[in-house]
Amino acid sequence: MADGATQMKSDLGLYDYLPWPGRPKITWPGGKRIAVWIAPNIEFYEYNPPNNPTRTPWARPNPDVLQYSHRDYGNRAGWQRMMAAMDRAGFRGSVSLNVALCDHHPEIIRACADRDWEFFSHGIYNTRYVYNMTMEQEREIIRDAFDTVRKHTGQTLAGWLSPALSNNFWTMDLLAEAGIQYTCDMFHDDQPMPVKVKSGRLISMPYSLEMNDVIVYNTQKVTPRHYGEIIKRQFDQLYKEGNESGTVMCIPLHPYLVGQPHRIDAFAEAIDYIAGHEGVWQTTGREIAAAYHASGAYDAMTAAMEYHKANGGQI
Amino acid sequence: MPMPDDYLKYPARHYGMDHDRYEWSDLFKREPIVWPNGAKIALSIVTHVQHFPLDMPSKPFKAPGALSMPYPDFRYYTNRDYGNRVGIFRVLRLLSEKGLRTSFAINGIIAQRYPAVLKAVVAGGHEVIAHGLDMGKVHHSGLEPEAEDQIVSEALALLRKESGQSVEGWLSPGRAQGFNTPDILAQNGVRFCLDWANDDLPYRMSTANGELLAMPMAYETDDRVVADEYFQSEADWVQQVKDRFDVLYRETADYGGRVMSLPLHSWVSGMPYRVEYLREALDYMLSHDGVWAAPVGEIAAAFVGQDSSAA
Repeated sequence: MADGATQMKSDLGLYDYLPWPGRPKITWPGGKRIAVWIAPNIEFYEYNPPNNPTRTPWARPNPDVLQYSHRDYGNRAGWQRMMAAMDRAGFRGSVSLNVALCDHHPEIIRACADRDWEFFSHGIYNTRYVYNMTMEQEREIIRDAFDTVRKHTGQTLAGWLSPALSNNFWTMDLLAEAGIQYTCDMFHDDQPMPVKVKSGRLISMPYSLEMNDVIVYNTQKVTPRHYGEIIKRQFDQLYKEGNESGTVMCIPLHPYLVGQPHRIDAFAEAIDYIAGHEGVWQTTGREIAAAYHASGAYDAMTAAMEYHKANGGQI
Repeated sequence: MPMPDDYLKYPARHYGMDHDRYEWSDLFKREPIVWPNGAKIALSIVTHVQHFPLDMPSKPFKAPGALSMPYPDFRYYTNRDYGNRVGIFRVLRLLSEKGLRTSFAINGIIAQRYPAVLKAVVAGGHEVIAHGLDMGKVHHSGLEPEAEDQIVSEALALLRKESGQSVEGWLSPGRAQGFNTPDILAQNGVRFCLDWANDDLPYRMSTANGELLAMPMAYETDDRVVADEYFQSEADWVQQVKDRFDVLYRETADYGGRVMSLPLHSWVSGMPYRVEYLREALDYMLSHDGVWAAPVGEIAAAFVGQDSSAA
């Protein structure tokens, strides 16, 4: 195992501080105020996964058929409802993909690819974590993800969300080294921000915990109609602030949750509401990353953070 | 310690499911189902009737609703028992007023402890489904097959004897199973099972002892889950039941019949302040055309009668 694997630190050390007011202005293509992207986590949880000493996949001994089948609902029923709602509102998805799903359910992959959805990697399975992996093992996961997505969709991966948000300190370096352009694992900002990596240029893409249906439903335990309300309120505020400088709003989804019959309509109504506004860029993670670089925002934000630090901004 | 290289090997990474219990299937690409008399929705109401032993074990895990205070837990032992003494009769009376025949998932030990419960359920025209032996006897892969078979056969024998019904349906305590559970259920004459929460229609499962039908049962609109895990209000529960019904009902226009399941607990929905919310949910669904409320076994039989995916 590489040095530092278990060493405790007080700071992730992956980004510099930059206060919200006074930043370089972000301009989105066509002068849009806000980039809205939807990230469905299309996942495969294993029936009988091996254990990882840091995290046991299931609360009950394998097979945890209730939780397993609850997740499986997404791949039998929920994904179709979610996709239909997104089609109606004119949203393409940026799929946070457990890449083994390409092998298990190519039908779902094809339906997404036919709609020109983006695929980014969410690891191999959602029941395999990078905890306790060596750097070389983690590189192997990244290679597998690139190869699998390219083979099944022709796409070259641009984005990454670690499986179950498991990470090691070096993970961001390995992603950047492999050519990943954006990570979804950090929640410190409403604009894309440069990540401090050893090589390449990696962006932290605003994803979201609070807009994420798995947090909303499995952790916060709110009602579906309340979820619709907070999506609209989140949008209203970022839309307003986007008049000054471009913002990003992400809605991360899980078809096994949002695709339940009692939940789909509240979500559909909320994204119809968003799509009904002028100046909304309905886009994907890959396109936001490209626009961020093309507009000079990456370089401008990097310079602004260096300037802030050099002029008395302390960490 | 680094992970062994086996952690990066995936022996079940291939087309379809990573086990051989059932095939993957897209709910929206199946042959449409038509319920009897052209009904659109089969309304499957399943009331849990449960006994939580005072000395229930906590290993390997407790079923939801388990006693949680220091032993002896007067609080939850008696609160759960309320459902068997009072709550269930409130639910039965409401169902009777609505003229509904439904299913009751009953711990086998209830037949021995409280035969009056079985009498009332049967007299109401309802179906008895086996809900394991008691809430302390969870099914899991650490059980020897013989021990698990003993639990299953005892639960079924108690319920079959007291109800006079064939009892061919099963719901595990906590909806928990081990690797062998479906095989053992089929061996004991169980024809359908409600544990798996992955569909809005029945589907066929394979076992070593023939076929087992998986019947839909909602997980997140279960009255106990909404009340005791989500801490949401009764009004919020009713709203979600209605919303769930609306979407399933709407889908029947394009995709054929659906199952709307309504899992209840005698110790939750049978509370005085809750039972009228149940009435509101039932009234709403029953006000629609083409809603066929029936015991799970009859819904299963109607499905098997026209499903073309039979092996």
